[in-house]
Amino acid sequence: MKLSYLAYRNMVSKPLNLLLSLLLLLLSVSLVTFVLQLSKQLGGQLNKNIAPFDMVVGAKGSPLQLVLSSVLHVDAPTGNIKLKEVATLQKHPFIQTAIPVSYGDNYKGYRILGTEVGYLDQYNAQLVDGKLYKKPFEVVAGSTVAQKLGLKVGDNFISSHGLASSSNEAHEEHPFLIKGILKSTGTVVDQLLITPLESIWEAHDHGEDEHHEEDDDRTEEAEVLKEHDVEKEITSLLIKFKSPLGMVQLPRFINENTSMQAALPGFEVQRLIGLLGSGVQTINGIALVILLVSGLSIFISLLKTIRERRQELALLRIYGLRTGQLLWLALLEGGFLAIIGFLSGWLVGRLGIWGLSHYTQNSYGYALQVPGPDMVELLLLALTLAIALMATLFASCSIFKLNVAKTLSDA
Amino acid sequence: MQLSCIYFYLYFCENIQMVKTLNLAYAYENGEELKFPNIEVSPGKHLLVIGPSGVGKTTLLYLLAGLLPPLRGIISVAGTELNSLTRKEMDKFRGNYIGLVFQQYYFIKSLNVSDNLRLRQSFPKNTNDTQRRHELTERLGLKDYLDEKVATLSQGQQQRLSIALGLIHRPKIILADEPTSNLDDVNCVKVIDLLKEEAEICKSSLLIITHDLRVMSHFQNQVML
Repeated sequence: MKLSYLAYRNMVSKPLNLLLSLLLLLLSVSLVTFVLQLSKQLGGQLNKNIAPFDMVVGAKGSPLQLVLSSVLHVDAPTGNIKLKEVATLQKHPFIQTAIPVSYGDNYKGYRILGTEVGYLDQYNAQLVDGKLYKKPFEVVAGSTVAQKLGLKVGDNFISSHGLASSSNEAHEEHPFLIKGILKSTGTVVDQLLITPLESIWEAHDHGEDEHHEEDDDRTEEAEVLKEHDVEKEITSLLIKFKSPLGMVQLPRFINENTSMQAALPGFEVQRLIGLLGSGVQTINGIALVILLVSGLSIFISLLKTIRERRQELALLRIYGLRTGQLLWLALLEGGFLAIIGFLSGWLVGRLGIWGLSHYTQNSYGYALQVPGPDMVELLLLALTLAIALMATLFASCSIFKLNVAKTLSDA
Repeated sequence: MQLSCIYFYLYFCENIQMVKTLNLAYAYENGEELKFPNIEVSPGKHLLVIGPSGVGKTTLLYLLAGLLPPLRGIISVAGTELNSLTRKEMDKFRGNYIGLVFQQYYFIKSLNVSDNLRLRQSFPKNTNDTQRRHELTERLGLKDYLDEKVATLSQGQQQRLSIALGLIHRPKIILADEPTSNLDDVNCVKVIDLLKEEAEICKSSLLIITHDLRVMSHFQNQVML
């Protein structure tokens, strides 16, 4: 029989002690792995999605909101801007590409984004089926949308007003037609239904007309809106600079001299990650304290069981086991505990990511991945083991002082 | 000390005894000194050490098992002088050559009957002799309880398991401490017969320490403490 088997039997012979120590380990490990994984994926996901664009120009408001809504498609837009106003920007020598986007409708919670075909190139999105759109109300669907909603080339659908799936107001007069399905890019494009800008304009022109007919009190307002519509509005303009000078001069120029604002996705996302970072650090700190408490719990429970098992340890000495082997037995027990605690904690952490992924997928259209262990987690395993083994070692001091004859006679 | 060593060798070289002590004395922590008569057990022979409670019978047993250091004197077991062994060597020697049967029953509670026996066979050298385990438990009437937890065994079964653990590894010498003191007359005889039988089968020597006068008639060689 191996000592490891005896250690295992000893460990499971006290299920309540085992449960307490395991739960504490599980709690701390799952917290750390969950939070680390979440912040890592969030950071990675954000950076990937903002990569194609250096600057966003939109209506005045919170720059973070502008970036979140126009680039990452998670927030509501700050407002609209006139296409005419940004027309000069599109020809600016510092600017390589400037892509107008317009949105405000959804189909079953997935955003319909009106933009130019060039938008797809920025994310390297390629067709897996069908063709690109040419006319208004033709759509290419991102891979996730197509998969989740079971959309195929040739399908029709009716959009709803607003960005949430709960919206009841439908644009029934303008059914959209799926012309193509995109390959998975791992970016926000997967979550979008993309259509020409004109689709958005036409759908809303009609919407305003209807409004006009229904409600006479608001005639004036509707007319004003209609004038705006004639002027063609977009939600924002996504810009990639040709030269780094653009980054220095243009945002300031736009913010000071126009009614629009310019936001830098890189800067805003960095700020966001920084805000999250302090939260992550707090949670990690709490988890570390729990880890230390679980070490203490292992120490106390082992100290208790080693005292209770004094006679068994004396018996093992009679059987010819050396003091070192008894110590090894205790360390094995502590080590098993740490490994089982870590593995179950890691699994719970991943389960948490998986569960959260469903939630974020449904409410924001962002899925999280459930990857295998990474380097930081291996370090965490080492730390968990170190704490458990230290606790075991301290609890095992009495093994060195074990007086076999006395222990057996005292019984 | 030197003289006694020379004397020891002259004394022992003639015939190697299974157990032999010479001028053995032990000092308790409070300084009280205990002297023991010289004892001798030939290979395959048995010895009964008898004496009233409190004369240091158990102490003698622990001295012979190398669990306590003597104050003076020499202990030789199976031709090995225990004083000459390091602590580590003593652990190994004890595990290999000595079988202990206690008055109290000591088991590893987290293991079942079979695993307790297997554990005893695994140290210091791993034998895992299934046949031996099979035969021994069969003879001791434990065969049907191999998968039971030790705590669920009856008193008599625990006693027999305790004996089985004392000799499953075929020790050269079996040291038994008051093996019959808790038993009625019928069971007392049973246990003595069992110990003698098993010692015969393993070709081990048996050294029983007891205050139980009922045992006296079963042994030829006796020492009074």
